[in-house]
Amino acid sequence: MSRPARTLLPGPPPAVRRVRGNAAGGRAWLLAMAVIALPAVLPLAAVATGFWGPDGDVVAHLREHVLPRVAVNTAILVTGVVVGAGLLGTSLAWLVAVFDFPGRRLFSWALLLPMAVPGYVMAFVYIGLLDYAGPVQSALRDWLGEGAALPPIRSTGGVIAVMTLTLYPYVYLIARNAFLTQGRRALEVGRSLGLSPARGFLRVALPMARPWLAGGLLLVAMETLADFGTVAAFNYDTFTTAIYQAWFAMFSLDAALHLAAFLILPVLAVVALERRLRGGARYTPTDARAGLLRLPGLRGWLAAAAAGGVLTVAFLLPFAQLLVWSLPSLAAVDVRFLEATGNSLFLAASGAVLIVAMALLLSYAHRLRPGAAGSTLARVATLGYALPGPVLAVGVFVPLALLSNRLTGWLPADWGTISLQTTLATLLLAYAARFLAVGHTPVDASMQRITPSLDDAAASLGVTGLRRLARIHLPMLKTGLLTGATLVFVDVMKEMPITLMTRPYGWDTLATRVYEFTAEGQWERAALPGVALVLAGLLPVALLTLRADRRAV
Amino acid sequence: MRLELEGIAHEYGSTRVLDDLSLTLEAGRIGCLLGPSGCGKTTALRCIAGFEPIRAGAIRINGETVSTPAHTLPPERRRIGMVFQDYALLPHLTALDNVAFGLHRLPRRRRRDKAREFLRLVGLSRSDDRYPHQLSGGQQQRVALARALAPEPRLVLLDEPFSSLDVDLREHLVREVRDILKRCRATALMVTHDQLEAFAIADEVGVMRAGRIEQWDSPYNLYHRPATRFVADFVGQGALVRGRIAEDGAVEIELGRLQGRLVHRPPTDEISVLLRPDDVVHDDTSPLHATVRHKAFRGAEILYTLALPSGEHVLAMVPSHHNHAIGERIGIRLETDHIVAFPRD
Repeated sequence: MSRPARTLLPGPPPAVRRVRGNAAGGRAWLLAMAVIALPAVLPLAAVATGFWGPDGDVVAHLREHVLPRVAVNTAILVTGVVVGAGLLGTSLAWLVAVFDFPGRRLFSWALLLPMAVPGYVMAFVYIGLLDYAGPVQSALRDWLGEGAALPPIRSTGGVIAVMTLTLYPYVYLIARNAFLTQGRRALEVGRSLGLSPARGFLRVALPMARPWLAGGLLLVAMETLADFGTVAAFNYDTFTTAIYQAWFAMFSLDAALHLAAFLILPVLAVVALERRLRGGARYTPTDARAGLLRLPGLRGWLAAAAAGGVLTVAFLLPFAQLLVWSLPSLAAVDVRFLEATGNSLFLAASGAVLIVAMALLLSYAHRLRPGAAGSTLARVATLGYALPGPVLAVGVFVPLALLSNRLTGWLPADWGTISLQTTLATLLLAYAARFLAVGHTPVDASMQRITPSLDDAAASLGVTGLRRLARIHLPMLKTGLLTGATLVFVDVMKEMPITLMTRPYGWDTLATRVYEFTAEGQWERAALPGVALVLAGLLPVALLTLRADRRAV
Repeated sequence: MRLELEGIAHEYGSTRVLDDLSLTLEAGRIGCLLGPSGCGKTTALRCIAGFEPIRAGAIRINGETVSTPAHTLPPERRRIGMVFQDYALLPHLTALDNVAFGLHRLPRRRRRDKAREFLRLVGLSRSDDRYPHQLSGGQQQRVALARALAPEPRLVLLDEPFSSLDVDLREHLVREVRDILKRCRATALMVTHDQLEAFAIADEVGVMRAGRIEQWDSPYNLYHRPATRFVADFVGQGALVRGRIAEDGAVEIELGRLQGRLVHRPPTDEISVLLRPDDVVHDDTSPLHATVRHKAFRGAEILYTLALPSGEHVLAMVPSHHNHAIGERIGIRLETDHIVAFPRD
């Protein structure tokens, strides 16, 4: 699901790392990094074995009927969402970064708000609103007679539209930063050489922003590939829903593993591309003096209307609808809702603490033990952010189930069966794989901002190792740690497929409640947990906004 | 072509950045706006380029009015070339394509020929296919200049074009840029805070302060005939000493009567007299003495700060083989042929 602010945060500055400490200590740190990378490596290895899945009836059926269909569906979805989010995000970013029109400052951050709405929440709101039996179509029929109908919302176009609305902020945020730092200047260069603003955009600003735009689009592609909740709500079959079906409807873990193995190919390709791009893109710091272009009169209002229209459709309207639906159930809050909220908060908090601690160790170990091996481990450890939840769920579940069976065999019979695979620990392990990068990016960025000479100074005063971490680094990392914890907290809260697939039996969270109500078409009952998730999702948006404001507007 | 600014004003929010700024730059001349940071010089340049509107006055290029408070001709229609402080080369284009970029009105073939011609003009004939990041700072600067000159603009604007270069490269490039501009018979206006740069490149220099031009003059006159105390202080070195105008019009200071005439007569008889380091000459035979307070070794010369008997300080530029210790008393003589003085505070 949407995970704001992961790679969207400005990439870390080129690292100034230095070798320090003795070789033995170095090896210990390297080992620590390897342990931290384990949650990501384990499921990847497990899923990789799925390529050579056993040939059963189920797998044969899968190859013949399911695989081609979900592959095509997934490709169409990714293409559609990337194009849609690219167009919407880039044009809005250009509008806000370069032109002055009524409400520009407000829109500049408000257009990030749709990030707070999980895709699966947006999905059920729009299905509920626009479905044949929904209020909009019913009203149309009342006015215009029985024949009046909108094109069905549960369609390829519908799912692409909804995902575009939740994912365009990724492109918008990156493109806005690119245009703010170099767009106005690019425009001035163009104009000094006789190009109108429109041609300057196409011929100067857009080519200059290409690496960032491509990075944003790849992020959108990654999110789309990883999505489960939105497509599930639309009954649109992709790899992720097929994995879920194979497991929970056909009860074939092998089949699920097999599908997961096919999904990681495009995912890893996107990751590789994205990482290559991120290395190449550098903002040239420019004079921020270049001013905004005023859009006078009607054109200014048209720009405001366009931005306001997107904001309404992508945030205001769905949020308002959520509130309307949840008001009646607010009066009758049941125990299960409170329980699910408690579970969500508990999981999110434990996840945040665990993952930020891992991120901190990873970052510090790499600082003390720089070099190629450490870089590789850090990269592998944070790879999980690209892996779709169902893939991770299968990948964690299968090896743990194997291990449990072995343990059950070894231990005395009266100890009963051991099933590690459906404990909260499993859940947290899978979260750690998925969200380590989310916590790691801000922590590592603040770590790199600490000059290496501080480490040397501490060492010269006899303070090294974990003591140095506690006394020198931790106080300086406070903001980074807090940011990382907040982002992880919210991401875990919104996480749906991993929770759904590996939770202990009967253990509900807000996200799984939304899934269940959506599956039954009970939009009103899904609304209250939906509101809670949107409110939590506003936290990272606020963080991003504050950060962006400090940089430049 | 001729550039005229007539009493222009500009505001950012409620702060007045330019205030009644006027200047005239004749065709083919190189002008320079010189001033400390925050004096409004870059804003003036941006107003001329058309990036900023003006609040009062008018800007004319070759008689055509391009800016008034009511109307700002868009920059792309002004035919002005601009060299940006950071060069702003397009990173995705080669040097040649960067230069050809502004030639979009020409047919495609002519474009590349002409771009090549201008790269040769700036001495970069073999860098056609290089990308900006493969060029040194000085080369990037020359590509930026070629790009600005290639469309044959009516006016070239340069915004602190040398500020991001190494000092030794800078001196060399300043001379070269002047030669290129002169060869193209371009009318150019540069902005800088470095007076040596300004003096090396410009025919005329305007010293700016708080949004106004204090003096628009030749480098020689700015140094030797500063119109205001600010100009005297900002341009070159020197010290102000107490003096008075005698009844016969001669200027007397602590060290005696000065030769030469007043450049402009202050309204009061009690005055502050500007003494440049080259006005104070070291002379062992002179009856006048001063005490060495500080010395700054400059290679060929030493700049001495000398204390007069009254305690006032003057500066003296002395050939460096006259090496005196701090605290030593040395003989000095005054050599002035014109005198700059301001009313005393």
